Amino acid sequence: MSLAIRVAGLTKTYPANPPVEAVRGVDLDVKVGECFGLLGPNGAGKTTTLEILEGLLDPSGGEVEILGQRWDTNDRQLRERIGISLQETRLSDKLNVRETVALFRSFYAKGITADEAIARVSLQEKAKAFVDKLSGGQKQRLAIACALVGDPELLFLDEPTTGLDPQSRRQLWEVIREYKAQGRTVMITTHYMDEAEKLCDRVAIIDHGKVIALGTPNELILQLGGEHVIDFTLDGPAADITPEVLQGVKSVTAARASGDGFTLTVSDPPAALPALLGLLREKRATLAGLTTRHATLEDVFVNLTGRQLRDAE
Amino acid sequence: MRHPLVLIILSHIREFYRSPSSLFWVYGFPVILSLILGTAFKPREPEPLRIAVVQTGDDTADRLAEEWGKKEFPTKLSFVVVPEADALKQLRTGKVSLVMYPDASAAGKVRLTWDERQANRQSVLARTVVEWQLQREANPNLPVPPLDQIPEESGGRYIDFLIPGLIGNNLMGGGMFGVGFYIVDLRVRKLLKRFLATPMRKTDFMLGIMLTRLMFVLIDVSVLLGIAHIPYFGVQVHGNWLALGVLILLAGACFTGMGLLVASRASTIETATGLMNAVMLSQWLLSGVFFSSDSFPQWLQPFIKILPLTAVNDGLRAIINDGAGFEALLWPLLVCGTWGGIGFFGAIKLFKWR
Repeated sequence: MSLAIRVAGLTKTYPANPPVEAVRGVDLDVKVGECFGLLGPNGAGKTTTLEILEGLLDPSGGEVEILGQRWDTNDRQLRERIGISLQETRLSDKLNVRETVALFRSFYAKGITADEAIARVSLQEKAKAFVDKLSGGQKQRLAIACALVGDPELLFLDEPTTGLDPQSRRQLWEVIREYKAQGRTVMITTHYMDEAEKLCDRVAIIDHGKVIALGTPNELILQLGGEHVIDFTLDGPAADITPEVLQGVKSVTAARASGDGFTLTVSDPPAALPALLGLLREKRATLAGLTTRHATLEDVFVNLTGRQLRDAE
Repeated sequence: MRHPLVLIILSHIREFYRSPSSLFWVYGFPVILSLILGTAFKPREPEPLRIAVVQTGDDTADRLAEEWGKKEFPTKLSFVVVPEADALKQLRTGKVSLVMYPDASAAGKVRLTWDERQANRQSVLARTVVEWQLQREANPNLPVPPLDQIPEESGGRYIDFLIPGLIGNNLMGGGMFGVGFYIVDLRVRKLLKRFLATPMRKTDFMLGIMLTRLMFVLIDVSVLLGIAHIPYFGVQVHGNWLALGVLILLAGACFTGMGLLVASRASTIETATGLMNAVMLSQWLLSGVFFSSDSFPQWLQPFIKILPLTAVNDGLRAIINDGAGFEALLWPLLVCGTWGGIGFFGAIKLFKWR
């Protein structure tokens, strides 16, 4: 299968005192037809990496190949072949939806019609509405229509659903899935782990400018050693209950303190639960609350970095 | 599908006419300003010179004032009777131009007090007119040369000076603010970066903005010229209309170029405002918009002459008031060409899309 994106040894350093190393050696291969997610907290280097791939920022070092071409030699051809939605672009308030998409269409030598692009994001009813009359979700869909109107082979989306309500997020996911169904490639950044699990074929988790995990969402979760998680809190302090002690509980593969309580990754919950309750009784600790759930990419991040995604922001 | 240049221009025009406030500030405000200034400085009959006759115990002063009030002078005089202290105070503050004392013993039965330092030599004028009258009465055969009054004509009044200045001012403001703020706003909204991410040609973008602005400015200037033309103001273009059109286009292009340069790197509206003010304030002050730049000291003149707005204003006045033709375009062509060129090429070199 041919590659849509090939990145090797990518670095980006901003001159400052001391210099800021935003990207510190990233290697990525994205196949044609894949939906690839870049995950990580704000400031991890996701947007910098993405903007280098989009040809908006020059790398300090490393190699980037997009659709078999390079930015320094094929800038214009590449621009015709990719579609981009940036974080926080404010389109002109006093243009309507169709005028905005038509303006973007005019920049491309070939593409779909403005109306077709509007239909793909289901904004037909708003075609004549001014941009300042659109909701947040509608504005994001318009931004994606502007990215789709050149009929791109590769779509870059930088946090397209940040700040949207659940329904608007699901509508956007639908648009992305339909685009992917045509065999096209998508690269998306997000800090919503559930979004990455639902949308992406593969993800790379980025922290401090480096890829710290790479694979399908399922693979990464399985790497935890178990795909189930038990969260519990205790009533009052219990000095005897520590992550080290909890490690010894049957079927527990990882244990850590989180907030007021503890989080355990377990391979077999029916075996782990009685063992855990037994341990607590033995240590005279009283349970205040306990939940079990499937492991998520969020747990993968916490496991790898020891930090919560939100704390890291 | 239409050419990107056409759509860039159309978008710019739509954004403009769909926001009433920008419509007002670009078209409404200059028109109102010129109406107000034009009315305030419209030529009218000069105010009579006031002469104070000093009050006496009897009615001598009143009779004197009445007698002089009936006489005819080369320019209008009015006579008021006031106590001496008030009369001298009013002379010092310029409320009256001359103080007249009834004095039966003096030649012509009056003594005069004047103030040479009074503004516009009004006191000198009043004294001369009164002396001229006294001498003519004493010697009716005094020779008087034949006199003709020059017919009133447009070109020399303040309004004729003001309108070209306002046109030049609008050309500068429209070009610089229009282009500058528009671009900085696009940059702040990250829309410039978004455009950069498409195959859009940068030349289409720059050209689109400039052409749209030129269009706005042309409409604006036509409105101003139209208002100046109504009989109420009666400003007339004495020179070549085509040369006037070329000069306006040239000035518009020059100032949009400077606007591009000012906006090429500014990433906040505040920076842009500061830069604009630095460029425009000096020209408002020096380039003869409201009053002639001749009144600035000699050593400043070479600097004033090479400012684009000075060249534009002088050119406009030469064509509109003095009946000049294409020969008036030579200097503006040189000055505006240079400044506009510096603007465009500097902007292309420095322009920041992100």
